[in-house]
Amino acid sequence: MGKNHPNVDPYVVSRVRALESLLLEKGILAPDAVDRVIERYEADTGPMVGARAVARAWTDPRYKRLLLDDPRTALARFDLDYQMLMVVENTDALHNLVVCTLCSCYPWPVLGLPPTWYKMPAYRSRAVSEPRALLGEMGLAIDPRREIRVWDSSAEMRYMMLPQRPAGTEGLGEAELVPLITRDALIGVADVRPPAPAAR
Amino acid sequence: MDGVHDLGGMQGFGPVEREENEPVFHAAWEAAVLAIQRAGGARGFFNIDEFRHGIERMAPAHYLRATYYEKWLDGVTRLLLEKGVVGAEELAARLAYFEQRPDAPATEPLTAPLPPRPPANAKWAQDVIRETGAAPRFADGDPVRTRDVHPPGHTRLPRYARGKRGLIHRCHGVHVFPDSHAHGRGEQPQPLYSVRFDARELWGESAEPNQVVHIDLWESYLLPGS
Repeated sequence: MGKNHPNVDPYVVSRVRALESLLLEKGILAPDAVDRVIERYEADTGPMVGARAVARAWTDPRYKRLLLDDPRTALARFDLDYQMLMVVENTDALHNLVVCTLCSCYPWPVLGLPPTWYKMPAYRSRAVSEPRALLGEMGLAIDPRREIRVWDSSAEMRYMMLPQRPAGTEGLGEAELVPLITRDALIGVADVRPPAPAAR
Repeated sequence: MDGVHDLGGMQGFGPVEREENEPVFHAAWEAAVLAIQRAGGARGFFNIDEFRHGIERMAPAHYLRATYYEKWLDGVTRLLLEKGVVGAEELAARLAYFEQRPDAPATEPLTAPLPPRPPANAKWAQDVIRETGAAPRFADGDPVRTRDVHPPGHTRLPRYARGKRGLIHRCHGVHVFPDSHAHGRGEQPQPLYSVRFDARELWGESAEPNQVVHIDLWESYLLPGS
């Protein structure tokens, strides 16, 4: 455990249980509410819908246009009604990155639950003021000629990146591309990498 | 409020620490906090803006020390006490019970059968766009300046972007205004804009080259620029 997760004080666990117990008693919390939260989010962890939409955009130019211009209609193709999402495209001239400096806003419906680092002060403080240095430390060197555009999600609009399709994936279809598209690439702190060459 | 939650541009937090193969929840109590937050929101005890402001009112040193779900616990507990949903005395008594019995399940102190199942979860944060017919004051490309203000309550105008010049990138429609909605003063919906700031406007000589920041800002945060 790093400093993101110091050992939690048993007092915190007791506080949760005390509140949980009172809310059960008052009929505010359903008896299976906690189990249902665990089931739902543990089954639905990764950037499932986001990765599928990006893979389709890479293989279908008309879908890409739709995803950028009208994300709600584009995501409806994956049975998701998400009115508040904006999709922004990375190019040779531009790299996009999302942060929430005021709390931890994150597009849960397309990316799943946010990673802890996204919610901690180091990322939230530095992403707006020194993104190039921050991304470099995180293993993503951005060419100085490329603009870095940071989206601080201060309202209820949510942002997802459309990363660049990596060279060497020209022969791959939509289904083969999906597993290459990581959560970090959709946040904007990583590039999508081509698959490792198969062992011969 | 100029709280410790308003982190943009602060220094000294060091590198980002990424946890390999991070689990969805690190412990069951984290999921319990999420379930409690959802239940409280669904029952209308607090809205998303009150929830955020509940967390912002944590003691600053505690905020920086606490894990994510510990912050949620602190904020939700504060709101449920303020709204009278739970009483300070009953909560203290229940806390004492579990401190004595750290492994007891949450149902152990209950003496009566559980009440009927609460209603299903309602809409939460997504429902914020209002068709008021209000015409946006600013058009795409208009120069604007953010107000230089330090309101004591909830605001979504980050400290690093106050008194700064930017350009309207686009209007997102008319949205519920958090600064009033967090304080029981109604939705007061107003146009929300994506505003583009050059990093040099925000960070002066310390700005990295070739960088911009887009921030979503409500109309009353903005003045016409030049």
